[in-house]
Amino acid sequence: MNFNKLEADLFALDIRENIMRAIASKGSGHVGGSLSIADTIAVLYSGVMNVDSKNPKMEDRDYIVISKGHSGPALYAALAEKGFFPKEELLKLNRNDSILPSHTDRMRTPGVDLTTGSLGQGASLAAGAAFSDKLNGKNNYTYLVLGDGELEEGQIWEFALFTAHQNLCNLITFIDVNGKQLDGTTDEICRLGSIEDKFGAFGFNVVSVEKGNDTGCIYEAIEKAKVVKDRPTAIVLHTVKGAGISRYEKMSNCHSVSVSAQDLEETLEELEMKRRELRGY
Amino acid sequence: MNEIKTGDKELRAVLADTLQELMENNPDIMYLEADLGGAIKTAKLLKEMPNQAIDIGIMEANMVGVAAGMSVKGKIPFVHSFGTFATRRCADQVFLSGCYNKANVKILGSDPGVCAEANGGTHMPLEDMAVFRAFPEMTILDIAEPNLLKFAMKACTEYYGMTYIRFPRKLKDYIYDEKKDFQIGKGIVLKEGKDVTIAASGIEVYEAVKAGEMLAGEGIEAEIIDMFTVKPIDKELLISSAAKTGAVVSAENHNIIGGLGSAVAEVLSENYPVPLMRIGSRDRFGQVGDKNFLMERFGMTAEDIVKAAKSVIEKKAALTKR
Repeated sequence: MNFNKLEADLFALDIRENIMRAIASKGSGHVGGSLSIADTIAVLYSGVMNVDSKNPKMEDRDYIVISKGHSGPALYAALAEKGFFPKEELLKLNRNDSILPSHTDRMRTPGVDLTTGSLGQGASLAAGAAFSDKLNGKNNYTYLVLGDGELEEGQIWEFALFTAHQNLCNLITFIDVNGKQLDGTTDEICRLGSIEDKFGAFGFNVVSVEKGNDTGCIYEAIEKAKVVKDRPTAIVLHTVKGAGISRYEKMSNCHSVSVSAQDLEETLEELEMKRRELRGY
Repeated sequence: MNEIKTGDKELRAVLADTLQELMENNPDIMYLEADLGGAIKTAKLLKEMPNQAIDIGIMEANMVGVAAGMSVKGKIPFVHSFGTFATRRCADQVFLSGCYNKANVKILGSDPGVCAEANGGTHMPLEDMAVFRAFPEMTILDIAEPNLLKFAMKACTEYYGMTYIRFPRKLKDYIYDEKKDFQIGKGIVLKEGKDVTIAASGIEVYEAVKAGEMLAGEGIEAEIIDMFTVKPIDKELLISSAAKTGAVVSAENHNIIGGLGSAVAEVLSENYPVPLMRIGSRDRFGQVGDKNFLMERFGMTAEDIVKAAKSVIEKKAALTKR
């Protein structure tokens, strides 16, 4: 495929706008982790993933699993932009009977492949999906997104042992290392040390991405993952919680915050400025 | 009345043979094991059917999650561990990755309650059904009879949905003809009677059968029901039987809180209140010991059922007099 960085960057801005519009419509939500993974989602839905918005259950499509399920708004933002459901649905985030619950739910949202919300569990689900594809001789991919705080869950390390043991090279795991969890930084709460070393020691092919919010670097990492056929790959993304919107980047913690109409207005102005910069006018 | 006969095949051998038959007939049927293949005699399957029978290691949470993920892709996975670890240990995974995620995993939990014997209190699931009964859309089967286990394992692959089967590994007490027409969700009437209903599940079915014979010796006609489907419970049968007998005893190898007894109490109190007594462990932990010793200690023997039956019959008589 031809990857167009400018298009992906513009798409990432649209995703950020959608995330913030959705959360502002409710008044509060999981801003930080949705923004930190926005660029990865933008890359995946810029032609990397084989999916069809007109046929969300398409056989042999690539799967996406947002195991840090509270980053659902980032996925919803992309799915709406790609036509999986009308964009108006974004403004019903977390409302009664919404098709967009705070945590991703495959029974509610077109384009969501597996249900998550209890940290650690999306990892095993994704491994199961990939394992099944491998046994059936399929050549599609499962893309899994983990949070760094989520690595504190023991199930992640059960998953890591299993995935490496079964050589699930059709599973690409992103780890969104924004360094922050709900109650503080990961260093303060429970030191993770080198995530690269840990996954390497478990038998993964590890691709470390220093600029984890750079679409070009993310795309390159996925390309590097796909050439490795004897091991699963972990792409360790060093990101910024609240990335791409200065107000949230500066906050000591923006895991779940309130977003007023005024906040949204400022955010949209900032995103529009970035759009103009990218387009060069 | 059905007779109890000792067969030559333990439940675990029936389980292994049934798994093999199911896997041979359908390549999508899988068996994931958390390092207890030696305990349920499936080592041969794990060795000889590596694309379908997989020893995943001692990681029940991951096992259930992987199975749930596979099932969404069309596989039909059985997962096994001892009852404690197949339920408590991975309850949230069964709830979220399984039930809430609308997955299709068949959970095998071996050695329920006192059947864990020498493995002791740590390995004695007396709360497993209570935990799972509160999970929406979960089917719960409590089985100790080999032919019924064989039926259940096959039948549960014929519908989509989360299912838990608890069974003892080593018993070989047969009651049913293999060709009997069983149905998940329908209790089996082992003996009709007019004086008292005894609704039992798992190993307590044998105690209920013995209790029925003892009561018959005293001129009391007990209706004996194998209520192997604990969820969804057979409401119709319970209500019609209670309407006939006016007195009910439940019997289970489980805490009387949350399992079969609770399910029976819920149905009767909402639909047809009659005197009820629940046989089962009375909110206590398990302990090391032989099955028969523990059944006596926990008040789960045929004699205990007889006492309870007489007690509910007396209560029924007292109510009639009032």
